[in-house]
Order: sequence, then C-alpha cells, then structure tokens
Amino acid sequence: METAMSDQSSPSQPIIIARDVHKWYGHFQALKGINMEVNRGEVIVIFGPSGSGKSTFIRTLNRLEEHQRGQIIVDGIEVTHDLRNIEKVRTETGMVFQQFNLFPHLTVLQNITLAPIWVRKWKKQKAEELAMQLLERVGIPEQAQKFPGQLSGGQQQRVAIARAMAMQPKIMLFDEPTSALDPEMIKEVLDVMIKLAQSGITMLVVTHEMGFAKAVAKRMFFFDDGQIVESGTPDEIFKNPREDRTKLFLSQILTH
Amino acid sequence: MAHTTARQGILPPPTERYSVLGWLHKNLFSTWYNSLLSILALLLIYSLARGFLTWLISEAEWEVVRVNLRLLMVGQYPSAETWRIWLCLYLLAGITGLSWGVWVRGRWLLGAALLAAPLLISLAPGVTSTARNQLLGIDLAALLGFAIGRAGGKRLRRIAIILWVLYFPLVLLIVRGLALAESWLPIVTSNLWGGLLLTFLLTIVGISFSFPLGILLALGRRSSLPAVRWVSVSYIEVFRGVPLVTILFMASTMVPLFFPPGTRPDPVLRAMVGITIFTAAYLAENVRGGLQAIPAGQFEAAHALGLNGFQTMTFIILPQALRLVIPVLMGLFIALFKDTSLVATIGLLELLGISRSILAQPQFVGYQHEVLLFITMIYWIFCYFLSYISQRLEKSLGVGER
Repeated sequence: METAMSDQSSPSQPIIIARDVHKWYGHFQALKGINMEVNRGEVIVIFGPSGSGKSTFIRTLNRLEEHQRGQIIVDGIEVTHDLRNIEKVRTETGMVFQQFNLFPHLTVLQNITLAPIWVRKWKKQKAEELAMQLLERVGIPEQAQKFPGQLSGGQQQRVAIARAMAMQPKIMLFDEPTSALDPEMIKEVLDVMIKLAQSGITMLVVTHEMGFAKAVAKRMFFFDDGQIVESGTPDEIFKNPREDRTKLFLSQILTH
Repeated sequence: MAHTTARQGILPPPTERYSVLGWLHKNLFSTWYNSLLSILALLLIYSLARGFLTWLISEAEWEVVRVNLRLLMVGQYPSAETWRIWLCLYLLAGITGLSWGVWVRGRWLLGAALLAAPLLISLAPGVTSTARNQLLGIDLAALLGFAIGRAGGKRLRRIAIILWVLYFPLVLLIVRGLALAESWLPIVTSNLWGGLLLTFLLTIVGISFSFPLGILLALGRRSSLPAVRWVSVSYIEVFRGVPLVTILFMASTMVPLFFPPGTRPDPVLRAMVGITIFTAAYLAENVRGGLQAIPAGQFEAAHALGLNGFQTMTFIILPQALRLVIPVLMGLFIALFKDTSLVATIGLLELLGISRSILAQPQFVGYQHEVLLFITMIYWIFCYFLSYISQRLEKSLGVGER
C-alpha cells in the first residue's frame, strides 16, 4: 500500500489530489465522485448553483467536512481520521469564509497573530510584524487595534484574508468570499484576491464573480448536483461551454 | 437665530422638570379615581407597616446585637487570632484599591461611598476601639492600593489579576492556619469558624471550585466521547434533581460511611463539598447555554487555522461563551451566597446558625426580631452589592450589545 508520505512535496506533483470523493449528509448525497488535481500556483475557480456541493468539496480539503469515500491528498499528506495529518493539512491551508468568522472578542491584530503564536510557536513580536505587513497588503493597517465589530464587511473580509495568510499557507481556500458583502465592498475584497492570485500562491475559489475568474483563474470547474459537469480554462468555459447545464447557468448569472 | 439652530438640528432635547407638587399631581393625583386609588394605597401601606414602624422606633432593643456582634461576625474564632481575619480584610481592601486604580480610575462618588462604608461601621455602637482602628486601617490599605494602581497603570493589570486569583486560596490558608512552626499561624479548627466569616468562606469555596468543575461538566456534556458525555449528563441531571438541603444532609450523614471508621471528616468541609457539587451542576447548564450561542463558524475558523481542540476552546469559544453568561452566573453566585444559610440545618454556625444559637440562650430569648432583621440587612447589603457589580460588569464587557 502506498503510504501518504511517499510523494510529499515534489514540485512536479499536484499539490491537491482528489480521487472519487463521495460525501453524504444522512441519506442526501452531496458529493458524487469528485476528481480534481490542482498544480502548485494554480488559481482555480469553482462555480455552480447553490446546493451543488462546491462549498462542501473545498471544506473536505481541510477536513471541515469529512468525506466518506475516495481519497484526498493535500501537499503529500492524505486527509484521513488521523488528527496529526488533519492538523498538518490545516496548517498549510488558509481558509476564508462567506461570513468572515472573525473572532469578535479579539482585536484585528490578535485575530491575525493568534494562530502563528500558538500553532507556529512564533515569538509575539515576529507574529505582530508579519501581521502588520499583511494588513498593509490588504490596505487597512490603521485598523489593527480595532475590534471586528467596528469594521465594515469589506474590511472584515480583508482582515480574514490577512488572518489566513499569517500562517503562510501553501494553499488558500475561499468559500464564497464576497457573497455576504454589500455591492460597493465587493471590489475592495476582489482587488486583494487578485493581488494574491498574482503572487503565485495556490488558490481554490468558490465564487460567482465571473470578472474575477476571467482576470486570474487558470482553470474553472462547474459543479452541479454533486458532480463536476465541466472544466476548462476561462476562455473555453465562457466562449464554448460544451454542456447545456453550463450554458444555462452562465446565461442566468451573466445576464443581470 | 432660533430658526438656524433648529435647521441644523442642534437643539437640546426637551427636559421635563417638575416640582414635588407637580410630580405628585402628575403621578398620583391626575384624576379623581387615581387620587382615590392613591389614598387607599397609602392607607393600606400605613396599616401594614404601622406595627413594624412602631416596633422599630420605640420597642426594638439592639443590645442583643451589640453584645453578640463578635459572635455574629466570626463565631468562636479565637480572640488571639482575630488579627488574621483583619489581615484578610486588609488584603481585600488593598487589592480592590489596586484594581480600582488600574481599571476604574474615575467614578469618585462610588469610590468614596465604598471608603465611607468602613468609617460608618466604625461609628456604629458596639464596635470596639481596636476594631475601629482596624476599620480605619482598611481604608488606608485601600487608598494605598489605589495609589499604587494609579501610578502603575496598565502594567499592573496582569499582577492585579494574579493577586485576585491567589487571594481566595490565601484567605483559606490564613484563616485555617499553617502550623509550620510551633507557634506560627497555629491551626484554627473549623468548628470554631462561624458567623459571617463562615458564610463568606462557604461562598468563596463554593464559587472557586464549582466554577472550574461546572465548565468541565459543560464541555463534557458536549464531548464526542460517549463515556465522558454520559458521566457529565448523569452528574448534572442527578444533582439538579435534588434540593440542596438533601445534598447537605446526605453529605453530613452519608459521607462518613465512605471513610474508615474512627475518622470523621470535618463537617465544614462536608458542607463545602455539598455546596460545590450542587452549584457545579447548575453552573454547567448555564455555561452550556453560552456555548450553544457561539456560532459554528467560530469553531470552523479556529480549526481552519490549525488550532487544536483545546486551543479552540481556551482562546476562542470559552471567552465568548462565559462573557455571554456573566449575568446568569452572577445570579447563581448570589443564590449560592444566600443558600449557605441552609448549612444551619446540619448544625453549622454560619450567620443564621449562630443567630439561632444566640437566641437559644436564656438571656436573649425574645430578641429574635432584632437579630433576624440585622442578619437580613447583612444578606441584603452583600447581595445588592454583588448584583450591582454584575450590572457594571455587563456594561463594561458589552454583553447583549453584539
């Protein structure tokens, strides 16, 4: 049997391998055999109607959801029941949520430095220096001492991105990062994400922001009914979608 | 001019001011039937309170309280060791003053009121001159602590918290004694503890042990391990289903069965165990309520960052959950303070117990009104104080303002 560690971190290997991933909630089957390989530095956009399993899928990658069949290998580590493997994978993957999920009782700076200090065991000063650099990058260094409740939605989501980046992850997962935002704040978050995509980090983004996909995605995956219906480059997907379901969905989200 | 200010919207809000007569007219005598109701209500209050007021003004004799003041405060705690109780109070005043200087700073009126309390007590009849000096000393300790806290500022925050955590075990040590050397802090056995002192010790021990135990039980009830969950649920359901008096009786009659014959565990210790066990079950349910109010996204965000289960609980979930339940917990602690009076039924001489034993002496028979009213006032003052602290804490932590 192939052990999980044998193929660790060789640069030519895909950084994420998902083989025939299945997931049930009770009797409802949310994922019906997902296969996906993501290479280092790729920016992937996943889209599809609600309930299609796209969020569930990226949440299985860092084990926020458990898959019941199939295999997931992240950066050479297989995601299984083994808690040590799960913690290793989570250390290497950052995640940004639809509802931000900042810690409301901690300041912005404490939100960002908590994991580096307690998981990476960094000195507080080093963690704070990095946190301030990240806040510069997302454009809100002046908010460091505020509490999340004092920020706008767009600012909160940018803090959430900085918080995930503070662990210096190899992979960033975005679960509908702009869906809970007012229209005028979507752009400020997308700008940060575009900058991030250009920096060469591996990104998986669940989103309906097709402008973002056109600008930075290397490949796109269309999910429906727990399956990958179609995948390809943004050019292929937007200009010649092969499947009727993809065409229909694109026409629905692009016409307004 | 008035026109422009109105347009800029900076008019002060209208204030309603009434004279006393105006207030009476508005609230009590606005119509003929309201006037009738008010007069009837006043007559009713008068007829109910008349007996009490005549007694309070002309018949009450407070001699019994004055003579037994020491018993009511500390029970039969030996006179030679009373300085230890004063030491505890000095420390309490000092740490309170320090915390006041570090966190509160302003609020001069309330500070002055707190400082005035020992002075007022020292003016009361029946207070000995040594006690009077000690009470003055307590105010000095508080002022000293305040000066240090104010000078030190934020740097002393951590120290102040550590001092509070250390204070309560330290009080137990000082009161009980160490007996390290022959004559140094000899042990004062718990059968000599009594009065308000014992009431406080029971409360302090009850709070400090039921708090961690209750949190563990609340976490245990949510655990994914069936054995842990099962033990927690049965503990909580068993002890919430039994009255405290029953638990105290059980503790005093059944606990000795578990010990080798001949050794009798200390009755005060048994009462403390009973109170702790009982309170922990309620506290666990309150904390569980707080835990349930934390959205799943908080767990997910913490896990996604690589924090393990313990770190997630300690840094993310518990701080938020406990903040939410502060009002409920303070209510629980106030109830605990009052419920300590139940240990009188198993023969301990805390505030209520010692009052009953005083009233049982032939020379004080018939003075139960005075003594009971006195200890009622003591209970009320401390409960009101605790509930006031709880309100302040709620405000400063912003509970309910999320």
